[in-house]
Amino acid sequence: MKILLPALSPTMETGNLVKWLVKEGDSVVSGDILAEIETDKATMELESPDDGKVEKILVKEGTENISVNTEIALLKVDGEEIEEIPEKPIEKTPQVSSNVSEPLTTEVNISMNSLLNQTKENSGEKNWSEKEISMREALNQAIEEEMKLDKDVFLLGEEVAEYDGAYKVTQGLLDKFGSKRVLDTPISEHGFTGLAIGAAMAGLKPICEFMTFNFSMQAIDQIVNSAAKSLYMSGGEINVPIVFRGPNGAAARVGAQHSQCFISWFSHIPGLIVIAPSNARDAKGLLKSSIRNPNPVVFLEHELLYKEKTNVPEENDFLIPIGKGNLIKEGKDVTIIGFSMTVQRILNALPSIEKLGISPDIIDLRSIKPLDEELIYNSVKKTNRVVIVEDGFGSTSFGSHLSYLIQSNCFDFLDSEIIKVSGKDVPMPYAENLEKLALPNTDEIVSAVKKVSYIN
Amino acid sequence: MNKKNKNNFTNDQLMKFYEKMFLIRKFEEKAAQLYGAGKIGGFCHLYIGQEAVVIGILSSINSEDTVITAYRDHGHILARGVDPKLVMAELTGRKDGISKGKGGSMHMFSKANRFYGGHGIVGAQVPLGVGIGFAHKYRNEKKISRVYLGDGAMSNGQVFEAFNLASLWELPVLFIIENNKYGMGTSIGRSAAGGELYERATVFGIKGEKVDGMNFFNVSESAIRAREYIEKNSKPYIIEMDTYRFRGHSMSDPGLYRTKDEVNKMKEIDPVLMMKETLLNDYKIKEDTIKDLESDIKKQIKDVEKFSLESPLPDLKELYTEVYL
Repeated sequence: MKILLPALSPTMETGNLVKWLVKEGDSVVSGDILAEIETDKATMELESPDDGKVEKILVKEGTENISVNTEIALLKVDGEEIEEIPEKPIEKTPQVSSNVSEPLTTEVNISMNSLLNQTKENSGEKNWSEKEISMREALNQAIEEEMKLDKDVFLLGEEVAEYDGAYKVTQGLLDKFGSKRVLDTPISEHGFTGLAIGAAMAGLKPICEFMTFNFSMQAIDQIVNSAAKSLYMSGGEINVPIVFRGPNGAAARVGAQHSQCFISWFSHIPGLIVIAPSNARDAKGLLKSSIRNPNPVVFLEHELLYKEKTNVPEENDFLIPIGKGNLIKEGKDVTIIGFSMTVQRILNALPSIEKLGISPDIIDLRSIKPLDEELIYNSVKKTNRVVIVEDGFGSTSFGSHLSYLIQSNCFDFLDSEIIKVSGKDVPMPYAENLEKLALPNTDEIVSAVKKVSYIN
Repeated sequence: MNKKNKNNFTNDQLMKFYEKMFLIRKFEEKAAQLYGAGKIGGFCHLYIGQEAVVIGILSSINSEDTVITAYRDHGHILARGVDPKLVMAELTGRKDGISKGKGGSMHMFSKANRFYGGHGIVGAQVPLGVGIGFAHKYRNEKKISRVYLGDGAMSNGQVFEAFNLASLWELPVLFIIENNKYGMGTSIGRSAAGGELYERATVFGIKGEKVDGMNFFNVSESAIRAREYIEKNSKPYIIEMDTYRFRGHSMSDPGLYRTKDEVNKMKEIDPVLMMKETLLNDYKIKEDTIKDLESDIKKQIKDVEKFSLESPLPDLKELYTEVYL
């Protein structure tokens, strides 16, 4: 029997073989631990699927980036060998879109890194001491640094402490700061969100983690009615310095109730600041700024970006100002606007766009509310054409509002209609092909660029 | 010493408490009048009938303790010592209101007086108040967070989440249920299953009791007992106040859900009048002394009214201020 590297999380594409706990020739029974596998989220134990003898170990311990379904060992099963049932090849359903086979995340982090390096040079930013790390590490650093700097900052949420964080973002923080400042909550969003907001009203600076923003809906009354409005209704008396953070949007095949982008919901509310970074560097600089901000901040991360790496400054005073977008690629023909995961989608489409002879301005908004309107309008006045890409449902969306703002501020500069590439107006389906179809894809982005450029 | 006064308050202290109760009563009567005259708009929930609760609790409060409540908050902010002029000017929506005219009847706050609102969503103030208690414990402050809620909120889910968290994390919180028998127009019997409301908290390991909330002395005694328990055990406590509002849920309440007889019967145990009678009969405070105090308050309320009507409307530029800090 072949032992394959299993997918141990919804987003796992590769894993590391940390350690073999058996050697060739060992007898095992079903359920014995064969090896430790490190996934994108945690280190997991691989159990023997049957009783038998370890015949051969095919992948050495310490090997990294092994693809899911790679043969890693052979097990001689006791008794009669059961004939393995060959998997019936899946019949291709009629193509609904030409690129349903597009990988979920592509290897764009190198280009993201180089784009960021370029924008840094252009902006004449200070030379930081930098290290290439993932977004999850960058977020972790931001929290750790700010907790060291300010004892009023504390972290609470489900599984943030002893479990080390459901997505490893808060890994190690319990050991560093203790259970007074890193608190596991019951599964009680409405209650612990209200508690965190109350603590902020009394002067503390909570970081309130939602395991995913889908669960923030349980607490949306507290976020909207208590956190966002108190400063105003108290005539400036009560401010609420809090950060709500966690993954937002669709991860990978977790179904309708766990796959939704809430940017349009939160950016609708006066009193809230809304941030959606696309890369590790911005995530760190913006999270640090958010923790220091005296207002309630909704900090929307993306699970599929947690593992993506860029160069990130290590200094305590590295901050990215809230309200500043980033022109990550400078062109002249069209302005393409994205944020969070959609920046990656735009970069995936970039080669096809450039093949058409089109050189786009690509704007990563980073901050949704407040919005860097100046950056957007300056670009639109140069290119005269706009494509907006958002993962959220298209109807009454943030992208719709953005296109309104652009037409009312740049009306005389537009040479074409504004096109918005949004998530489809359906609950997120589970099936792999349907999920991909529900989200903005390369073809749609390229088609939109062609349409605003009048290319058939 | 009178047997009702287990807390050994001096006559002067008792007169201060009576003064506050009488102030709240007269303030609310004036608010009703101004509402009728169209000077106060929107929602306006009066505290008339429940004064013994907030003043009985006040008698146990250290000045550093914090208070949070829902939308029936005029009595609470006055009890906390905020100038009645600023409160009334908020009701009339004027520039000098405690929230600069931007909050209204339900949204008044004063950090200096440790009053955290003034919240309009039933139940929402309960997790918030638990969070304030969390902050007290986090900073090792010897303060208690006092969280008021109505009988209506006792069927609201987040309240139970808050009880769980307060008990689990051993937070210094006193929950005070003001059971005035009706959540808007729905009687408690038509909204809450099971036994006493406070028992719904005891299942989370929170100790509690039910008290006659129309009687200042009973409330005060219970509140002091609660304070001692919280200070000694570093755990939350809950008191259910048996009380009654003499006016409607809000000014626009036609009151069809209860009979005039019921209201009149409850008025026989008017907390303000009962307190006054106790002061006269049991503490032998002279009638003239009380009359003088009452006429001072009435004069004060006239000034409050004048102030609240003379204060200008907020500047139009205030529309866009204080959305963000």
